[in-house]
Amino acid sequence: MKEKKSWIDFISENTFIHILLSIILGFLVGAIFLAVMGLSVGAAYGRLINSVTSLKGFTYVVVYAVPYIVAGLSVAFSFKTGVFNIGAEGQFVVGAMAAVVTSLFASSLPSIILIPLCFLAAMCMGALWGVVVGILKTKRGINEVLSMIMFNWIAFYLSNYIAGLPGIKNEGSAEATKNIAANASLQFSKDFIKQAGVAPTFNWGFIIAILVTLLVWLMIEKTTLGYELKAVGANKYAAEYGGINVNRSILTALGISGAMAGLAGALLVMGMGQRISIFSSQEGYGFAGIVVALIGCSNPFGVFIAGLFYGALMYGGSKLNLVGAPTQLISVIVGTVVFFISISVIFRNIKYLKKRGNASTKKGVAKA
Amino acid sequence: MSKEYVDVGTPAIEMRNIVKKFGDFVANDGINLTVHKGEIHAILGENGAGKSTLMNQLYGLLKPTSGEILVNGKPIEMNNPRDAIDAGIGMVHQHFMLVQPFTVTENIVLGAEPLKGVTLDMATARKNVIELSEKYGLSIDPDAKIEDISVGMQQRVEILKALYRGADILILDEPTSSLTPQEIVELIQIMHNLTHDGKCIILITHKLKEIKEAADYCTIIRLGKYIGTVDVDTVDENDLASMMVGRKVTFQVDKPAQEPGKVVLDVKDLHGVDYRGVEILKGLNLQVHAGEIVGIAGIDGNGQTELVEILTGLRKGTQGDATVNGVSIYNKSPSFGFEHGVSSIPADRQKHGLVLDFSIEDNLILQNYGEAPFSKKRFLQRDSIFKHASKSIEDYDIRPRQSEKRPAGTLSGGNQQKVIIAREVQNDKDLLIAVNPTRGLDVGAIEYVHQYIVEQRNKGKAVLLVSFELDEIMSLSDVIDVIFDGKIVSSIPGGQANENELGLLMAGGKAE
Repeated sequence: MKEKKSWIDFISENTFIHILLSIILGFLVGAIFLAVMGLSVGAAYGRLINSVTSLKGFTYVVVYAVPYIVAGLSVAFSFKTGVFNIGAEGQFVVGAMAAVVTSLFASSLPSIILIPLCFLAAMCMGALWGVVVGILKTKRGINEVLSMIMFNWIAFYLSNYIAGLPGIKNEGSAEATKNIAANASLQFSKDFIKQAGVAPTFNWGFIIAILVTLLVWLMIEKTTLGYELKAVGANKYAAEYGGINVNRSILTALGISGAMAGLAGALLVMGMGQRISIFSSQEGYGFAGIVVALIGCSNPFGVFIAGLFYGALMYGGSKLNLVGAPTQLISVIVGTVVFFISISVIFRNIKYLKKRGNASTKKGVAKA
Repeated sequence: MSKEYVDVGTPAIEMRNIVKKFGDFVANDGINLTVHKGEIHAILGENGAGKSTLMNQLYGLLKPTSGEILVNGKPIEMNNPRDAIDAGIGMVHQHFMLVQPFTVTENIVLGAEPLKGVTLDMATARKNVIELSEKYGLSIDPDAKIEDISVGMQQRVEILKALYRGADILILDEPTSSLTPQEIVELIQIMHNLTHDGKCIILITHKLKEIKEAADYCTIIRLGKYIGTVDVDTVDENDLASMMVGRKVTFQVDKPAQEPGKVVLDVKDLHGVDYRGVEILKGLNLQVHAGEIVGIAGIDGNGQTELVEILTGLRKGTQGDATVNGVSIYNKSPSFGFEHGVSSIPADRQKHGLVLDFSIEDNLILQNYGEAPFSKKRFLQRDSIFKHASKSIEDYDIRPRQSEKRPAGTLSGGNQQKVIIAREVQNDKDLLIAVNPTRGLDVGAIEYVHQYIVEQRNKGKAVLLVSFELDEIMSLSDVIDVIFDGKIVSSIPGGQANENELGLLMAGGKAE
């Protein structure tokens, strides 16, 4: 009897369990959709699992996951510091474009210089995109969510415009930029890829993602900067009273978050993408970053795992049509997961069900 | 206290053998409470004794582990505050539950808004609120936003909110903690008016004087256990205090005579405006010497809030100067003031004093996280921070022990205040500004806070004490400065003041 109670308390108080339950519910809802469409749940989910567990599949997942992880870290960092970086999308886009343009104009530099230079350009552009919004907020009191959404569109059209400029646009018929300079590519050599049997776009990006994860953790947990930013995020009045410059902290937080989103963009084009297409709508890596940050509970390591999970869904999802299931199923699953995480407070209330007697408690837990 | 209104028939509230456990912790261990119509019943206990837990069960915020609650003789199960409100129970919480960006009127009618068809009828709401506030003499500005008004007015809004819902049984959790002495007298009058109407009031308070003045009966709780219920007429304050803490309590602060030293804080011709942009400080002059406690006595809204905000760097003045040890801190940042000798215990401990989501150890380094030994080369030194917290928790008697990593928000009000005091006192600055430092604390904690403030003075620090507790001002201050209409109108040596004279001066009158 006593043990059961603590088990219920465990479920209702453990955030990790809430996330896990949300994911399971996401897949359950996905299964319902499959069943309604008359498709085999086993075949579709089997396909999903098979496609990400082989060596080649897993390396694909890692390749897919890298930009999601870093974009997720960008958003998670902003959550921790009390600003909601919904502008990661725009910062991602300008970062990607900055990396492409830098690589094209400095293509003769050796990799050891060119790659950091591209990263730097991307991070500067992303940070700029974040800081300008921050200045509008702190100096003019303009709501950051509104200006970020507008900045997302400015970035989108700016990227499309630059991609069409002579010298940057692909000379062929493709509506895209030229491929980045070979020296700026993070991809492993063709020989290695062939020998090892990994995904053809497998690249160094995952090392960067691990480094950024560690750095963010270090910054948030171990530095005075992280302390300041978190204090402002948790209670800006007390932070101000304690002598922390609140406006400067908001700008710093947006700058760092923006730089990370920009870096995520660079990692996409220098790793998997190699070029930027002229898009008709936003690609949504930055928005995916919000989802990843949510699933990862804004914890850097949680975000890393969540990014891998998201990458697996995206890659595995693209293989679903092989069994006749629509790839949009993945969106249904992701949407449901996010929905349940957003209302995860319901899991916290599981313990109140126990008042209604043991039978219904068991049912409640089993259902959840 | 006469019990002329008490109706000894069926009790309005009966709580029988209430037990409430949180895990292994027993917050309430067999508490009994009986309250009749027309009765003012005080609940007395130290911070963390389980008073709020008990009341939260009566108000449907918590469910008892075992025990029975009867309202008007009928057993009732409360699942949420809505059930309690339907049963005619209203509660005014110690920590305000107000929507900051809403106006006073909007807050009072929230959840019980008058409607015109399907739309809100704010005009009627406003009229009702004004009528109600006039009827009970609780003055408010119905159109001001909560975030702009003083703590005192917020408290009045809370009381009106409960009255607006027509509660018959009113739970008041520390209702007088931010009221001035005059307002307290008025409130006690209101409470008697209410009991005359057949309503009953459960008064949670630490203030023994108020229990003697207002309450008919008093139930005492210590460490979650039911100690007893007494007829207030048959006991004195000392009896109540020792029943509450289980030992003798000294009310006198031991304060040796001491010659003040050089001027530390010097405020000259200070002008400033309030949140509405209306001039509220009108050329205030003030000096605090080393080794001296200067108490500011005044009715809320005469400029003391703005004075403190300017001195701590949260607000800009419009004219004048303020220096600490000769260095101007006027219109500088909070960190500038801190670096030049100002530490402070803020009025609103949860808004300005603490980051509630932060652990106690992190709250203890809020101003000096960037200094050795707490950080080196911009990296936090977790070991030193933890050691500092362990020592502070021990030295300043912060309870529970081993709480270094616990969020500050999980502590009781008194212990939250101890965290702030530990931090500010250890900062060891020349000037300590303390604003309502004992608001909402029990006598044990008050005794403790007072000791620390006097200790600072004895060590040669300058202390500026702003408080709405006249008793506190009178017992601690070496000099009492009376503030009225944005100026210090009178300066009286601490030993020579009496309550009537101060009350007169605070209201803008002239002393004899």
